[in-house]
Amino acid sequence: MQVLWTDALVYLLVAAAAALAVYVARQQHMQRPLRKIAASPVAAASLTLLLCFALIGLADSLHFKDADSRGNEILSLLDLACNDMRAHAEKTYSAPFATHLYAKENIAMPDGSTRWDYPRLQHGGAHLQDPQHEWAGDVVAKTVGGLSKGGGLMLMVMLLSWGDRQARGRAFCAAASAQAVWATLFIVVTVSYALFSLSQYYHVLGTDKVGEDVFYQTLKSIRTGLVIGSLTTLVMLPLAIVFGIMAGFFKGWVDDVIQFIYTTLNSVPGVLLIAASILMVQVYMANHPENFNNLLVRADMRLLFLCLILGVTSWTGLCRLLRAETLKLREMEYVQAAQALGVKPAMILFRHILPNVMHIVLIAVVLDFSSLVLAEAVLSYINIGVDPTTHSWGNMINRARLEMAREPVVWWSLAAAFAFMFALVLAANLFADAVRDAFDPRRVERG
Amino acid sequence: MISYIVRRFLYALPLLMAVNVLTFILFFVVNSPDDMARMQLGQKHVTEQAIQNWKHQHGYDLPLLWNGAAQGGERLTGTIFYQKSVNLFLFDFGISDSGRNIGADIRQRMWPSLALAVPSLLVGLLVNISLALLLVLFRNSYLELGGSVLLVMLMSVSSLFYIIGGQYFIGKLLKLVPISGYDTGLAALKFLILPVLISVAAGIGSGVRWYRTLFLEEVEKDYVRTARAKGLSETQVLFKHVLKNAMIPILTGVVVVLPLLFMGSLIMESFFSIPGLGSYTIDAINRQDFAIVRSMVFLGSVLYIVGLLLTDISYTLVDPRVRLN
Repeated sequence: MQVLWTDALVYLLVAAAAALAVYVARQQHMQRPLRKIAASPVAAASLTLLLCFALIGLADSLHFKDADSRGNEILSLLDLACNDMRAHAEKTYSAPFATHLYAKENIAMPDGSTRWDYPRLQHGGAHLQDPQHEWAGDVVAKTVGGLSKGGGLMLMVMLLSWGDRQARGRAFCAAASAQAVWATLFIVVTVSYALFSLSQYYHVLGTDKVGEDVFYQTLKSIRTGLVIGSLTTLVMLPLAIVFGIMAGFFKGWVDDVIQFIYTTLNSVPGVLLIAASILMVQVYMANHPENFNNLLVRADMRLLFLCLILGVTSWTGLCRLLRAETLKLREMEYVQAAQALGVKPAMILFRHILPNVMHIVLIAVVLDFSSLVLAEAVLSYINIGVDPTTHSWGNMINRARLEMAREPVVWWSLAAAFAFMFALVLAANLFADAVRDAFDPRRVERG
Repeated sequence: MISYIVRRFLYALPLLMAVNVLTFILFFVVNSPDDMARMQLGQKHVTEQAIQNWKHQHGYDLPLLWNGAAQGGERLTGTIFYQKSVNLFLFDFGISDSGRNIGADIRQRMWPSLALAVPSLLVGLLVNISLALLLVLFRNSYLELGGSVLLVMLMSVSSLFYIIGGQYFIGKLLKLVPISGYDTGLAALKFLILPVLISVAAGIGSGVRWYRTLFLEEVEKDYVRTARAKGLSETQVLFKHVLKNAMIPILTGVVVVLPLLFMGSLIMESFFSIPGLGSYTIDAINRQDFAIVRSMVFLGSVLYIVGLLLTDISYTLVDPRVRLN
């Protein structure tokens, strides 16, 4: 086992999220909005998709040293699952499902002469004897086979759960949101089963410039996107909650100091602050190479630092909201009564204020997530995001820019990054909308 | 009012000071000037003498915060912090690490940034507001439902894809406009169409949604019901009453970004190689030119603070209920 810094924080985050879920579910006043979210098919479907992404991200967060190789290569559970894709590297670009390279080369013929043609791929479609005639039939057969096997597997699971004769289970299955969950799961499991089985024989999404499988790259990028989206909130939340509540509750000089801090941070353009900090880390790492000998450790450090910086620049908005809400809450009768009864301020904050601002925190977290995933791509493009060696959608897009100028165009890297990023961000946005509709008191009044 | 503005300006001074200290800590305390010199001159084969020369040339050979070797006031003024910070307040940005005058660069590069940012803002506002009004006009219909779904989808696409897609389809396939570049005078027009178009398209998703919620909030107020009861048609209600009253939040949102337009857009400018302040900053980041990045951070915060002040003032002009004191 090898625990990277971000891995440890991801586990911590999962634990914290679980604890928060248990806490929120027990709160009386949270029950109604939670039920509202559960009843919405769109929210249920997008949450399912998000959890599927999270599962891949978690599998990619379990690292260990590779026992087979002599070097100190660090692998993750996902690497193990995608061993074929990882090992099946080609020479350079190849299109999705291709059997030949994308560029012509001099091929040495058996009789000693050379021919100027597209060489066969080493792994993609290597099992075919005569690619020209067999290829189309083989691809269709394998795709249909994979889809039907995955679909059959899912159908079996669904039948089993449908067979659950208990009344509560039946009622649950009949709900629109449960059907949406099953439908999403069915599609995701079937398609990913087919893609995985196909990826043993072909490069489903092609290969990039150095011949690495693009499907593998996009899968690895999921973790980076999720880590940035979620760890940043982990950094941001304590700052925003503690400062926001304290500023609103204690007023006076505490309020002044906290307001001064967040106005200062706010007035620095975010991108520039991030750029400055990342620049600093780069210079620091360049000057202390002995602490960052492993490439993965180095990239991980930079990812962690990016989350830290993004967190530091993005807590101010939530802090201001919480301060305003606390200012309002502290004038409420029950808080005044608690103060009159001599309850300690810390107790009031914990018992009365914190639970009553939780819905704002929840809304802010889900709203920020998708914008952080998008921000990662933009930051990586201007070279102040994650390390260039880290798999991330931003880095994929960045590299694809030059490929667009090639003739004929190499489009699959870009399309893959687009599709995966779009799916993740769309699911996050839809879920965020549902959460906001359910928890925002102003929207409830309107019906 | 005047005294309020003066007070706000005085309040801005400690803020700017804090920003200054923050960037100073980021750049100079964590990385010593020696590290910076090595970065600029290249990592390997740098003699101690070369580093000393570079530091002397750029004024980094002083102590950071406290000059013990000097006498009297010199102890404070003879430091990097003083030398590199005080001039910023006078908008004298000094010389960049690569030896160019930053102030002159900024004055020169400000215009392309404005030429891109101002049309993008105006066209974007026009498109977003009219689309949002259209959605509100057809509220509770399939058109609105479809529109809202489309908006969420547009929002979920990274701005990078809008740029790459636009450049590819409009610039490369259709060959309507040049893909990137810039020219002086009116000739710049054909280079600006595509970036403006793309930045408007990229902003539609979130922009229309935002204005739509603004209008929806306004539509449910009592005066709107009165106007309808009076016999005005839905279009008249929307354009005469709702739009007018929603102008206040719209205006305040616009005013705060006005000063920041000078800074340009980092991504758009570097993608379309427009020589504005945005691409200037990106180049500086990539070349690790600390002096430029620091100046731009300072300039950005000044503009932001000015924007906030302008917002407050514009509030009083538009909404007679607001009194500043």
